[in-house]
Amino acid sequence: MVGRMIPASLIPLPTHPEVMERVERIELPFSSHGVDPYGIDKHELGRFFTLLRFFYSQYFTINVFGVEHVPRHGRGMLVGNHSGGWAIDALMVIASTFFELEPPRLAQGMAEKFLKKVPFLSWFTNRIGQLTGLPQHSVRLLEDERLLLVFPEGTRGTAKLYRDRDSLVGFGTGFARIALKTRAPIIPFAFIGGGEAIPTVVNLYGIGKRLGLPYIPITPYGIAWPLPVSLQLLYGAPIHLEGSASDPDEVIAIQVERVRSVIADLIRQGRKLRQGKLGPSELKLR
Amino acid sequence: MKVLITGIAGNLGRLVATQLLEQGHEVLGIDRRPWPNAPEGIRVFQADIRKRPAEDVFRTQRPEALIHLATVTHLTLPSRDRDRVNLGGTQAVFDHCNAYGVRQAVFVGRHTYYGAASDSPLYHSESEPPMGVHSFPELADLVAADLYAGSALWRFPQLDTAVLRFCYSLGPRAQGTLAAYLRGPRVPTVLGFDPLFQFMHEEDAARAIVTAQAHSLRGVYNVAGPAPVPLSVIIRETGRTNVPLPVPLFKLSLGRFGFPNLPSDAIDHIKFPVVMDASAFRSATAFEHRYSEDETLHAFRDAAQSASREGPARGP
Repeated sequence: MVGRMIPASLIPLPTHPEVMERVERIELPFSSHGVDPYGIDKHELGRFFTLLRFFYSQYFTINVFGVEHVPRHGRGMLVGNHSGGWAIDALMVIASTFFELEPPRLAQGMAEKFLKKVPFLSWFTNRIGQLTGLPQHSVRLLEDERLLLVFPEGTRGTAKLYRDRDSLVGFGTGFARIALKTRAPIIPFAFIGGGEAIPTVVNLYGIGKRLGLPYIPITPYGIAWPLPVSLQLLYGAPIHLEGSASDPDEVIAIQVERVRSVIADLIRQGRKLRQGKLGPSELKLR
Repeated sequence: MKVLITGIAGNLGRLVATQLLEQGHEVLGIDRRPWPNAPEGIRVFQADIRKRPAEDVFRTQRPEALIHLATVTHLTLPSRDRDRVNLGGTQAVFDHCNAYGVRQAVFVGRHTYYGAASDSPLYHSESEPPMGVHSFPELADLVAADLYAGSALWRFPQLDTAVLRFCYSLGPRAQGTLAAYLRGPRVPTVLGFDPLFQFMHEEDAARAIVTAQAHSLRGVYNVAGPAPVPLSVIIRETGRTNVPLPVPLFKLSLGRFGFPNLPSDAIDHIKFPVVMDASAFRSATAFEHRYSEDETLHAFRDAAQSASREGPARGP
């Protein structure tokens, strides 16, 4: 439907027939207008994944392992590390569940609040299912049997500098309580190479704040455009947390540490794989 | 049952009255406005709900149930007058219910209670506090009236009170906030924003009120119909042209060039969604909407088209 008089049409993005065919097979309750109850729009998904397809299958060299651990149906929480000065990790995870799974699944991230104030970004992120990062949204999406994408490191994770690229900063605990509350399995993942794609040397917090952004990452070549490097994405076996969402902080902290250590181990394996010290057949994703 | 409707001469009041009459209820109404040619069997008392003659209706007629629709929701009235009607009127009506032995009361509120903001969640549940008061002070009286009506649940425990928070209603009668916004052939929107809008057919809205009354519902409930749709789809399906404008131009254009006259604070309601979770009402009453989103939008579009064909020629 080219030429729909909606603000979206101001951004001329094409759609690829192969991508549209996959969008048609996403199991979401789309209305006759191709919109689901959260405002996810089939046509905009088509444009989004057509753009993403170029980066996923041509621009970067991406190796995905253990995608079979992502549930085909029903609720699930993808939990992993941040790697790269901005959301390329989230984009590649979203691309992997869309292009690798049968039927394709839409991973729904919890977007930064500032995005929803920015014209076009607010509109576009909502149309592709990336809602504001609110606990109410994550609980509701999981209870609706959706696939949620969570980065417990938050913006401190994307702000990692090049020298800290494969480290893990402190995890928030909210995700564990939500997983317990909704009885959703956690699928841990590690994303390697984002630090090489966007080698941040310094983050400008002051200027960022004035522009309404958390910070602005600066690379040796200036802007934070990602380099066409190789990326590794490793999914581990689902973790079923046991306990109650109202457990005291110290009990939740043990649950969080359990997930964090699995992700740290996946990062170690991914690092060795990237350096060629480990073959794909030697990975232990269980 | 003997049912009293305040604000009976309004669009929703007439629909509710007609549906109640068809179900065999005895229907009375109070309104400052007349209802010419009201269906036979409906008695309308022309009075102000805050004045003595309205109390006389309660005392002499002794209604068993009350449906309170006499709130001002449009924004053309100065806020002091709105306060008087929306808060003073609601107070008077609930006091009369308590004094004259009314057994159940239905207060009809609005989803604007929740406010529109960039960081507010989709699908508000009834337990949430009102968040939009500071960004849209013109609506403060509606929020206060909603909370005040809810206080009847503990102040008058013998009175079954239902506070209903409705999404927009739309239909062939082209009345209400959303219809006013969509009135012209060109509808201004905010460039780069396209929020989800939740609306239901006016007949469904009236039926939801009648359903709440029939169930003697107690408590606060969100009421909605079909799944929400993006504003751009609403504009397209009602045969309008979407005119996306940057924020400063949007504010300048309000009330000009045939665009709707909205207070500039209303802009958040054009940028961000107010979407409610209405599952509690559905499970308490088994209410199901009958009109889909397209049927509702097309009913509004077709009625507006035939009105402009039959009516006198307006302008070039």
